Amino acid sequence: RQLNPKVSAFQRRFVGEVRRCEEMEKTFTFLQQELRGAGRALGPCPENPRAPLAREALRVQEQSEQLAQELREVSRNRASLRGRLRELRQYLHVLREGQRFTSLPAPHGSPPRPRALSEREPILDPSLHQHLDRKINFVAGVIHPWRVSAFERLLWRACRGYLVASFVEMPEPMEDPATGESITWVIFLISYWGEQIGQKIRKISDCFHCHVYPYPESEASRADTMSGLHSQIQDLSVVLEETEQYLAQVLDKVALALPTWRVQVQKMKAIYLVLNQCSFDVTEKCLIAEVWCPVRDLTQVQDALRQGSYKSGSSVECFVQRIPTSESPPTLIRTNKFTAGFQSIVDAYGVASYQEVNPAPYAIITFPFIFAIMFGDVGHGLLMFLFALWMVLYENSPSLRQASNEIWLTFFEGRYLILLMGAFSIYTGFIYNECFSKATVIFPSAWSVATMANHSSWRWDPNSPVTPNPRSLPGLTPPRSVHSSAYLATHPSLTLDPNVTGVFQGPYPFGIDPIWSLATNHLNFLNSFKMKMSVVLGIVHMGFGVLLGVFNHLHFQQRHRLVLEFLPEMVFLLALFGYLVFLIFYKWITFSAANSLVAPSILIHFIDMFLFTSNAGNLPLYQGQVPVQTVLVVLALASVPVLLLGTPLYLCCRRRAPRTGRPAPVATGEQEPLLEGQEAGNSVNATKEDVESGGHSPDAEHLDFAEVFMHQAIHTIEYCLGCVSNTASYLRLWALSLAHAQLSEVLWTMVMRNGFVRLSYAGGVVLVPVFAAFAVLTVAILLVMEGLSAFLHALRLHWVEFQNKFYVGAGYKLSPFAFAPDARE
Amino acid sequence: AMTAHSFALPVVLFSAFWGLVGIAAPWFVPKGPNRGVIITMLVTTAVCCYLFWLIAILAQANPLFGPQLKNETIWYVRFLWE
Repeated sequence: RQLNPKVSAFQRRFVGEVRRCEEMEKTFTFLQQELRGAGRALGPCPENPRAPLAREALRVQEQSEQLAQELREVSRNRASLRGRLRELRQYLHVLREGQRFTSLPAPHGSPPRPRALSEREPILDPSLHQHLDRKINFVAGVIHPWRVSAFERLLWRACRGYLVASFVEMPEPMEDPATGESITWVIFLISYWGEQIGQKIRKISDCFHCHVYPYPESEASRADTMSGLHSQIQDLSVVLEETEQYLAQVLDKVALALPTWRVQVQKMKAIYLVLNQCSFDVTEKCLIAEVWCPVRDLTQVQDALRQGSYKSGSSVECFVQRIPTSESPPTLIRTNKFTAGFQSIVDAYGVASYQEVNPAPYAIITFPFIFAIMFGDVGHGLLMFLFALWMVLYENSPSLRQASNEIWLTFFEGRYLILLMGAFSIYTGFIYNECFSKATVIFPSAWSVATMANHSSWRWDPNSPVTPNPRSLPGLTPPRSVHSSAYLATHPSLTLDPNVTGVFQGPYPFGIDPIWSLATNHLNFLNSFKMKMSVVLGIVHMGFGVLLGVFNHLHFQQRHRLVLEFLPEMVFLLALFGYLVFLIFYKWITFSAANSLVAPSILIHFIDMFLFTSNAGNLPLYQGQVPVQTVLVVLALASVPVLLLGTPLYLCCRRRAPRTGRPAPVATGEQEPLLEGQEAGNSVNATKEDVESGGHSPDAEHLDFAEVFMHQAIHTIEYCLGCVSNTASYLRLWALSLAHAQLSEVLWTMVMRNGFVRLSYAGGVVLVPVFAAFAVLTVAILLVMEGLSAFLHALRLHWVEFQNKFYVGAGYKLSPFAFAPDARE
Repeated sequence: AMTAHSFALPVVLFSAFWGLVGIAAPWFVPKGPNRGVIITMLVTTAVCCYLFWLIAILAQANPLFGPQLKNETIWYVRFLWE
């Protein structure tokens, strides 16, 4: 906790140390850059060094600065050496090329000279020199190739032809000192006569940033200069080589030491930042820190403090003391690698308030289950399960853990979540009987087509009320042996009638009967089934949520809420929606094909129940339905004012009773702040109460009836309306599972089935790209897109419909001081 | 094939199975820091999966209408399945 709110950042005690750490980090960055510039990588720190003591830190600082200094010097030397070498080399080339112009004419068989950008032939005939009476002077230098033509033109115009210039490209490219790139320079040699022209030429070459070198007149001096240059260049190269070697050595030293230093300095800096948050005692000899600590770990903390005092060699021990506070403590939920993923999806909505019931252990199963309802397919579930299994089995491999791709890391963090989601999807896939949209016939189907076919109604009776297809041949009784084909030929679709004995032979024992996947009206059945399933599961989920609230009421000693809130909530939910669940199950059990024509509609009954009307065409499900429903509705309506007014009135009455003592504070129990003193001197000081910011005194809660009432009114409205809307919201389970099934079927019929069209070898070859397309689309659309969509909706159902029955989620997390591995690089 | 499926047998079997998972197995979870979580998981799984299966079988126990098949399907099923 920040104990020095009044002191500004610059005045804090340890700011000097923090600054020192930052300076060291700057030095480290510089060293790292140099390393990178030389093409070396900085390896990761091999072991985990402890944070250094103060004197060690000084040593590290000195060493690092020394190394940085050395590095800078050596680099500078090297740069200057290189520059010098370059100049010498340029000079050498200038002399060499210039040689060609001014020496004796070359024999005819000589190799052609490389031409520069100027296309003029050198008009200087060396033999002419001797005949001219004026003295010819030379200017020789090197110029950037892009400036050559401009240079030429300017020279021509300025000196009116009293000069001869020749340009030659250098045989090898060299570095441009300014930009560092490698350019092929152009050597020029200007021969002129006259002093003024010489000055003009020099000025022009200055303008053009050429390097001008002195060009010795006579042959011999040129030869001397050249040999001198040669030896100089050699010496310089040797020196340069040694410099580079030394530089490499320095870099090696740096690379060895740098990672460890970095980690050490980071730890130091973190420690000092935390120490900055402690306050000093009056006598300035003692550091005081206020921390939150879980009660269970109290002995561990005391041990650690003892160890610390022992190791730092101080004569007096640090100690720990508990102090009372009225601040609300942070929430700590201990998780292991399996439960961490589930806790994080709960925390993403809101961290649990202090000591509130945590929905995460239940979410471990309900979340993948609800996902699986929307995703149910054996094949897709199996793929998802195998993918997650691979991630889980190889979770310790560093290549998986330290990937930098954020999307991959998200999937990796949720590997157990995906594992469970895949496993449950396999289960629901079996129940929906869908495996890549195909039904599996584990048990033989319960619907018998042959019995239906042999039944008389398919043979000749056109007036049978059960056959939905009105088109039938009047009065035709085809012979028995041929009847099926002829009859079938004229009727494109027929319905199996469960009223006929033997057609329906009992419910399929595990899941949906496979005959439905062949039926054209299979959505009729499936929709009814899935809608009812969604509503039933939704009501059960919400009821469970309300039930979890009981734990909260019991834990926080608010038993009045059990009677005044939990009871009315439960009555409301069960009387209305529990009754709906009952109706659904009742209709499934008692109504069959025998009375299917008069089967009542549950929805209409439900609506009539609320409106207190009745519909003559809709038969009652059971005897005495109307009075039962009336009672239930009255009960539910009666529970609303209890919910609305119960708690506020109770609190009001309690406040008015004579006070026996202050009401117990809510945050008793596990977590309490401790006081930790760190030793810096000899004397032990008593603990000091420090500034407690943010806490309100306990007896400042005077009853604000309006506020409590308002809060309760909002809660009531939210709950009652929420029951209705949330129940309907669970229908998304039906909607998404339908979408998934349909997409899967479309993919099969439109993509994969085309691969089976030709049953020949050619067809086999065609099958390969068709399957590739099918696989890619399955993964991209069905697994990734539908998976994310179902994940999102399952999350929404949990966060909103489930958790708003009991969860507050207004806490904050305990963030203990820890040396986290630094990920920046 | 047209086997008659009984209703009672699967109900008994699956109730027994999920009852084992949800009621009996929690007693056998070894003591450790994760005991509570594992028991919660077992019970929740048993309740969810049993309920889901029960809804599926009850919805089909007394069908109000039957599947409508295309004539090709009828021919195929009639002469190849049965």
